[in-house]
Amino acid sequence: MTRILPVLTILLAIIAIWYAAAIVMNAPWQERLNARADLVDVPFTEFAQQTWAQDKPVLPAPHQVISEIWNATVALDINSKRSLAYHGWITLSATLLGFAFGTTLGVLLAVAIIHNDASDRSLMPWIVASQTIPILAVAPMVVVGLGSVGMTGLVPKALISMYLSFFPVVVGMVKGLRSPEGIQLDLMRTYDANPWQVFWKLRWPAAMPFLFASMKVGIAISLIGAVVAELSNASGGGLGVRLLTGSYNGQTVQIWAALFIAAGLAAVLVAIVGSAEKWVNARMGARA
Amino acid sequence: MSRTLSSLQLYLALIAGGAGMIGFIACLPTLDSSPIMASYFVLAGLSLLRLAMPFSLWLDGLLAAFGAAALLMSLTPDATLPLHFWLALFAAWAFAWLFVERLSSAIRAGDLPETGTGLVIPVVFGLALLVMWEVVTRGANVPPVLLPPPSAIWARLTSEVPTLWADFVQTFIKSVLPGYAIGCLAGLIVAIAVDRSPFLKAGVMPIGNFMSALPIIGIAPIMVMWFGFDWQSKAAVVVAMTFFPMLVNTVAGLNAASTIERDLMHTYAASYWQTLMKLRLPAAGPFIFNALKINSTLALIGAIVAEFFGTPVVGMGFRISTGVGRLAIDLVWAEIAVAAVAGSAFYAGVALIERGVTFWHPSVRGGRA
Repeated sequence: MTRILPVLTILLAIIAIWYAAAIVMNAPWQERLNARADLVDVPFTEFAQQTWAQDKPVLPAPHQVISEIWNATVALDINSKRSLAYHGWITLSATLLGFAFGTTLGVLLAVAIIHNDASDRSLMPWIVASQTIPILAVAPMVVVGLGSVGMTGLVPKALISMYLSFFPVVVGMVKGLRSPEGIQLDLMRTYDANPWQVFWKLRWPAAMPFLFASMKVGIAISLIGAVVAELSNASGGGLGVRLLTGSYNGQTVQIWAALFIAAGLAAVLVAIVGSAEKWVNARMGARA
Repeated sequence: MSRTLSSLQLYLALIAGGAGMIGFIACLPTLDSSPIMASYFVLAGLSLLRLAMPFSLWLDGLLAAFGAAALLMSLTPDATLPLHFWLALFAAWAFAWLFVERLSSAIRAGDLPETGTGLVIPVVFGLALLVMWEVVTRGANVPPVLLPPPSAIWARLTSEVPTLWADFVQTFIKSVLPGYAIGCLAGLIVAIAVDRSPFLKAGVMPIGNFMSALPIIGIAPIMVMWFGFDWQSKAAVVVAMTFFPMLVNTVAGLNAASTIERDLMHTYAASYWQTLMKLRLPAAGPFIFNALKINSTLALIGAIVAEFFGTPVVGMGFRISTGVGRLAIDLVWAEIAVAAVAGSAFYAGVALIERGVTFWHPSVRGGRA
């Protein structure tokens, strides 16, 4: 309870500020509408309600966004091109595939880096440098480039998600696989363990907390990668396409709805990884 | 210096030398058309003599460099390349790998100094990547629409300097820097304000953590609608993206000063502000710089992606999205190169300041941060 109360207070404050801001930001347009309709001296309560019910508001009120989400998911057929569930699934599948690629690549690179001094020295600086390249800026080109050789749909988007999500995994896993202390490695040596056994029985379990911490970061940015990759290919569908078409048509409510679905997806995905972490930790007998 | 090779190095040496010998046989029919390639194969084959007497590792480096040069010089416009060409590429790659392996084990054994030579290895790796890129794209006739060779990108980069400079000014100077400054400063101030009230902290922190994991980049179309097409909307996106990492990190950092240090300040009768300025903010330094480093790359990404949602006809994101549309992919890559250099330099600048300011922190003292 001591944790929920402050969060609820802040959330309520945000919603209150949001409603107030919606009045202020939508007011100029509403005043013009009213002037054209010869409505004068509209009482404030009515005026506020008008600003919360515009078709293309500058800032939609929270209930407008929620009803748009409802209308575009539950109230629509799931295969409809207007359904956000349909677009959300497209984005989610690219995110999950990219996340799987990225985690695998990250773990493999980390294993190579800790076992080979030359790859540590040669790969690590370039892995860090690779992340200063704005891949999100490269994303549309990768999508178009791969499309021109016939690779369309899920895979190009997943590759961009992969590029973003492998980095936290590499960094976390290198740290994690190196986290066993010298004394523990020495113990393994006294057991006459071969490198394979040292890896599976000592390094890998020791790296688990780091892996999960990295995966929580990785899955959130995988989603960002998928959304941005969709910006370049308007025919493919997905939440990014909804953002883009909403932006071109001035459909603010649609943008906010797509944004909230994306945010909700990210939150759910991070929560799933978090509960997987708890489960694995419990199975491996780790202290909480 | 002449230590015996490890088994991996031995395999690499055999592979490189073997590829050289087979390559020499394969290039015999076209001997007079590619003398440089033939001489490379002879030298590569001779390297197998190392089984009788040890070679210096620098010879492997020279062989890799000579192989790269031979490959680049024998590239001709749109010709199907013969087998020996690919064998040469394979041999050069194996020599480069062998060189890097031997260099790093020499450093590890203490035969070579860490500083200086340690830098050679990533440089060799980067150069090898560039050479492979150039050779494969031109050798295998990869369509430039898919992936232009580095030389074409460089040609575009040098011929389009005014355009690239204008884009850089629009995106980096006008959008990224103000947005970064405002976002980081706002995050810092809000963090200090939140830190004073436990209730606010308990309420804001979960939301802040949550927000920093969300795809904030999605607000770009909204910001473009609110603040117009020019740099203001991009700066607004950057502010929103940099705010939460700064908030979360600073709040965590303000707790970094230990109780005993705070008690010491208390016995000095230090006021809240004195404690904040002299103890807690400096102690939060590593956390704040962590956020500054994360934000330096986030800011550039945010500004570029926001430009996809509408811009004046200038800017890196605009150039990339229209370049893709017109299939001017070499221009796009030139823009990416500028962005990569700008992003790396920005990050390096922040990291340098970090070294100066938080020189006392273990992660900086260790050298390899």
